[in-house]
Amino acid sequence: MLDQSYYTKTDEIIAVYGKKPASLIPIMQDIQGVYRYLPGELLTYVAEQIGITEAKAYSVATFYENFSFEPKGKYVIKVCDGTACHVRKSAPILDTFTKELGLSKKKHTTDDMMFTVETVSCLGACGLAPTVMVNEDVHPKMTPEKAQELIKELRG
Amino acid sequence: MINNREELKAAVASAKEQIKEYDVRILVCSGTGCIASGSEKVYEEFVKIVGETPGVTLTFEPHDSDEKKLGVKKTGCQGVCELGPLVRIQKGDQVIQYTKVQIADCQKIFESTVLGDEVIEALLYKQNGISYKAPDEIPFIAKQTRIVLENCGKYDAESFDEYLAGGGFSALQKALFEMTPADVVDEIDKSGLRGRGGGGFPTGRKWKQVARQKETTRYVVCNGDEGDPGAFMDGSVMEGDPYKLIEGMMIAGYACGAENGYIYVRAEYPMSVARLRHAIAELESRNMLGENILGTGFNFYMHINRGAGAFVCGEGSALTASIEGNRGMPRVKPPRTVEKGLWEKPTVLNNVETYANVPKIILQGSDWFRSIGTESSSGCKTFSLTGSIQNTGLIEVPMGTTLREIIFDIGGGLKDGGTFKAVQTGGPSGGCLTESELDVPLDFETVKKYGTIIGSGGLVVMDDNTCMVEVARFFMSFTQRESCGKCVPCREGTKRMLEIMEKIVAGKGELEDIDRLQELATMIKSTALCGLGKSAPLPVLSTIRMFRDEYVEHIVDHKCRAKVCEAMKKYVINPDECRGCSKCAKNCPVGAISGVVKKPFTIDPSVCIHCGACKENCAFDAIYIED
Repeated sequence: MLDQSYYTKTDEIIAVYGKKPASLIPIMQDIQGVYRYLPGELLTYVAEQIGITEAKAYSVATFYENFSFEPKGKYVIKVCDGTACHVRKSAPILDTFTKELGLSKKKHTTDDMMFTVETVSCLGACGLAPTVMVNEDVHPKMTPEKAQELIKELRG
Repeated sequence: MINNREELKAAVASAKEQIKEYDVRILVCSGTGCIASGSEKVYEEFVKIVGETPGVTLTFEPHDSDEKKLGVKKTGCQGVCELGPLVRIQKGDQVIQYTKVQIADCQKIFESTVLGDEVIEALLYKQNGISYKAPDEIPFIAKQTRIVLENCGKYDAESFDEYLAGGGFSALQKALFEMTPADVVDEIDKSGLRGRGGGGFPTGRKWKQVARQKETTRYVVCNGDEGDPGAFMDGSVMEGDPYKLIEGMMIAGYACGAENGYIYVRAEYPMSVARLRHAIAELESRNMLGENILGTGFNFYMHINRGAGAFVCGEGSALTASIEGNRGMPRVKPPRTVEKGLWEKPTVLNNVETYANVPKIILQGSDWFRSIGTESSSGCKTFSLTGSIQNTGLIEVPMGTTLREIIFDIGGGLKDGGTFKAVQTGGPSGGCLTESELDVPLDFETVKKYGTIIGSGGLVVMDDNTCMVEVARFFMSFTQRESCGKCVPCREGTKRMLEIMEKIVAGKGELEDIDRLQELATMIKSTALCGLGKSAPLPVLSTIRMFRDEYVEHIVDHKCRAKVCEAMKKYVINPDECRGCSKCAKNCPVGAISGVVKKPFTIDPSVCIHCGACKENCAFDAIYIED
């Protein structure tokens, strides 16, 4: 059960975009922006509020890669595996993050909820490949060594 | 408030005057690349230094004072992303380009170049032993023709006044007061401008089709869902010159009778979203967006939609479905977007670069635009130059420029003196061009003859350390993952193709697999529902055509000449270096290494799984990968 504050926040977000079906995606994006994931209860609530079926809301939420029903870590590390980064060897960087944080292909978030590791297809900073994005900050010219340092730095 | 033409003219005149009042402008690049390199901290440092220095005034907007007036500005992409953070010091017409500026350099730059007239040699751009002071002299920039990117690096990307000072909104003014909507459509049509998103469809024809629809509610939509990995041109325009994109869309709205414009920006570009939102708010606050613009009765409203991580939304009908709040899946055409697009209404859908070309065409005329580029492809094209190349970055060149000019003259050749192997154009929807195609002019038609497309403009340069089979597998895995699943050829076909590619890369391929790939590819190409599906097999087809021998090597000889494919790597212990410590044998997860302590060990290749654990942990560097 989510407490009332979640619904209050959601009402505020709905008010920004208006109670109409076309508002679904931006509303979900903002909810995820606040909570770092999309709580299922809120999705049901949003569907009801903007006048679409729950099934429709889920069909849209599951279609787009960015929406997650699982809570994500405090730091979401997106390792770019776009062409430019791939050619400049991004695979060892992903391996380093996965290995150092004890994650796997099926487990993306650490147990302490500090880190989530994902891949992304292009961050648009190809000139500085290979790149990694932590929340909204892009880190350029990464190496496995710099990846290790970055984890240390984020752990504080 | 700017309510009519006179007020706009007055605003332009005052912006032009104001910009001249600066004694020195410190232009810090604030493109995604430079920010990643730390340019925001450099910007803050300059603001701090200028603020603390007596006798000078830091002016964000110039004002009257007897002190020396300095401006510190955040500009759009200055180009050479590799050498960021980039900073330009501008004194009147004189501009000095500094590269790799660190916080520690700011004080010195301020004292020597900003207050004094001394140039810091160490921070200048250098190529082949020559240092360049002015950005326009740097070969990387001197060999470009910048239309869309004209303002990037010169003006504050966030400031409405600076956009005006650079000639902004003169095109809208001309369109609204001196041309009818039909004149505007005609001018664009005559200019020969073609869609810069990849398809190359004539923009004027598209606008004409929308303008003649019976339905009067129409929309202008901008595709900023630049999903091709390795491409960042549109992102750079959205964050570097947001007003120009909006002006282009407003002109399209006027020409086609639309009151609402939507920009669909991909989720990975938070900065583009922020800059566009800022620009829209600035324009709204001045009545330059909204009702009765400049008192002409023309209404235009701008909206921003953020993507949510689906590559297929770059396809027109999927993009409009996503704006409507649906799953972003393409639909069967016809009806086409020009007839039934967003909310089933006639819709002009163009990409960022296409709209950004519009203001200058209206201002300078279609003849001017036609004088640039080639007969069938007029104007310039932006490219993002990435991969194994010396100068990575954002460029704009006339259509018809050759790859050789782009890679060697502008790009400075291969990185670390590598050997050129191929360049991938058009991303996962394109193909590769090799050494023998270096002199092919890049325009829509010519490139098609070589089995690839210009695409949106990503150029990923590959040297001989790149395995073409693995690259084809990489693209296949990308399109497979991004397939929306609506039509069978794409959903099932790309999956089967990927499986075959994975088999070949794992060293388990058969020669017949090449035929199977070609058969599947041809089928998908001719039967898939949308552009994403139709073009998904192109990288495989293109690499088979250009690099068939590499496929055969992988299959028959189990050899990867680029030494990339793990399964092809043969790990060998050099008996001269091995001290027989037995560490590798203990580390080997499958027991492939054996030997007697203090004598050289050996690896059994039939058991080895190529994990590399032995090589990584050898204290004597005795293990290597055999050619």
